[in-house]
Amino acid sequence: MKLPSLRDVATEARLLLIGIPVFLWTMIPIYHMFLFAISPKEDAFSGKLWPDHPTLHNFEIVFKQQHYFLRDFYAQFWNSLVIAAAVGVLTLVIATAAAFSISRLRVPGGRIVLNLALFTYFIPAAFLAVPMYRTMGNYGLLNNHWSLILAMVTIASPYAIWVLKQASDKLPVELDEAAVMDGATTLQIFRMVYLPLMMPSLVAIGTYAVLLAWNEYLYAFLLLSNDREITLPVALGNFLAADDSPWELLMTTGFIYALPPAAVYYAFRRYMVGGLTAGAVKS
Amino acid sequence: MAITLSGDQSIPAPPLSSRLTPAQVWGIVLLAPYLLVFLAFVVYPVCYGLWLARAPSNYVALYNDPIFARAAVNTLIFLVIGINIKMLIALFLSGFFAQQRTWIKWLSVIFILPWAVPSIPTILSVRFMFNPEWGVINHLIFSFTGDDGPNWLNDPTVALTMAIGVHIWKSLPFWTLILITGRLAIAQDLFEAAEVDGASWWQKFRFITWPSMQTLYITCTLLSMIWTLGDFNSVYLLTGGGPADLTHVLSTLGIRYLRLDQLSLAMASIVCAMPFVLPLVYFMMKRLSR
Repeated sequence: MKLPSLRDVATEARLLLIGIPVFLWTMIPIYHMFLFAISPKEDAFSGKLWPDHPTLHNFEIVFKQQHYFLRDFYAQFWNSLVIAAAVGVLTLVIATAAAFSISRLRVPGGRIVLNLALFTYFIPAAFLAVPMYRTMGNYGLLNNHWSLILAMVTIASPYAIWVLKQASDKLPVELDEAAVMDGATTLQIFRMVYLPLMMPSLVAIGTYAVLLAWNEYLYAFLLLSNDREITLPVALGNFLAADDSPWELLMTTGFIYALPPAAVYYAFRRYMVGGLTAGAVKS
Repeated sequence: MAITLSGDQSIPAPPLSSRLTPAQVWGIVLLAPYLLVFLAFVVYPVCYGLWLARAPSNYVALYNDPIFARAAVNTLIFLVIGINIKMLIALFLSGFFAQQRTWIKWLSVIFILPWAVPSIPTILSVRFMFNPEWGVINHLIFSFTGDDGPNWLNDPTVALTMAIGVHIWKSLPFWTLILITGRLAIAQDLFEAAEVDGASWWQKFRFITWPSMQTLYITCTLLSMIWTLGDFNSVYLLTGGGPADLTHVLSTLGIRYLRLDQLSLAMASIVCAMPFVLPLVYFMMKRLSR
């Protein structure tokens, strides 16, 4: 074994000098949230870096809905879940069909639709929210889960179509030609050739749409207002309405709310990084 | 299955139904769901919104509203200063994370957390940290100096800076990740050759890294600017636009007008942003749809 040279030590020290601040910067807000979640009420506000008596009592209060702000916790969690799942499925169906149509079937006008979708992708979501709110009112969908589902599908599908179109352009044309020679119909090609080959991109896009919907705050808080109809992030925002908000419970609920997307993200990281960053910015 | 339109153009047009092959009929059917969504939830709202914002009096009202002017300036600060700082840090960190070390690999897994978790709980967590009475920051200040800490979010400059900080915290991992992929695509032998020639750290960056990354970097910066225009959470959840409506950006201002039932003003404020947004969007579309 060789002793590290002075130069190696200096390089390592310099890297640590960057790495430690990066670690602290990343972790402090998350640790602070975690700290509140495991602190009893009196410890939470004392400014300690670790509670004297860490406890899971806050989680118990949340899971038993034992607080005014939490009385609809399960309903709201369920709403978030159903809406995210619906957005994921609908986005996948709509975007896969559109990408197949544009890329493989070369439908007339497909290029224009793709450009329109790309244009929608670049409209800042908060700008579209204002007219969208009024539109949903005109359609009579306000306070209905469908309003949020359809709004999120609208926002998620342009990017989905674009990424799936890029991915399907890479599949060789010969595959389709061979299938046609064998007498396959268009639908059979879609089901038996296209879908299996596109699986990695479909996983990435499905995950993207689900996370987008689960994390959405602005649209959810505009379109849904009834306590039993809102999603978890809106409920978290409502905590702020009171002066004496139970922060330790808010942070506990927030922690529970943040766990599923983080788990999904890490589980599908391989797909996300490959499928999404490749599509996100083409240099 | 090579179905193209090129063959059709020379033939005199037969009736529509016989001109389309079965595959093209399927193409239209499969494209229809998205077109419906697009018409119902993009075209109709946008047209309706523009129609609502048609009266010139809206723009006079906006011009006379000091909150609008302030929000426009805040938005510019957010985009021009905030985003450029973020992208410079991302460029720097992409070099750091490209180093081959086990601990750096682990750190990069942790580093992605802000991007992986929803922004609402973490922004609220930061908001509580800076609470003047009970927040951990002022507790620490008090225990070290014996003085009460400042009322952080009550100063518009500090509050806006912190909103930018929260935005950077959230989206830095994403852009760093993209710049890392750009950096890893550079051929390593270029650096080895430069090493042999005795190039300095700066020369390697200036003559190898930057030339191969500048297109990606500029694309990322513009894209981030467009998206940040729609960043509602960082400002709304941290400052709520306060104190005294001094930290609004255009995205939160539109929602503020909406909540005050001034829908036409909300739309007009968005229309005012369009001369800046549309050129950026056009430029991005040219880049991405090549």
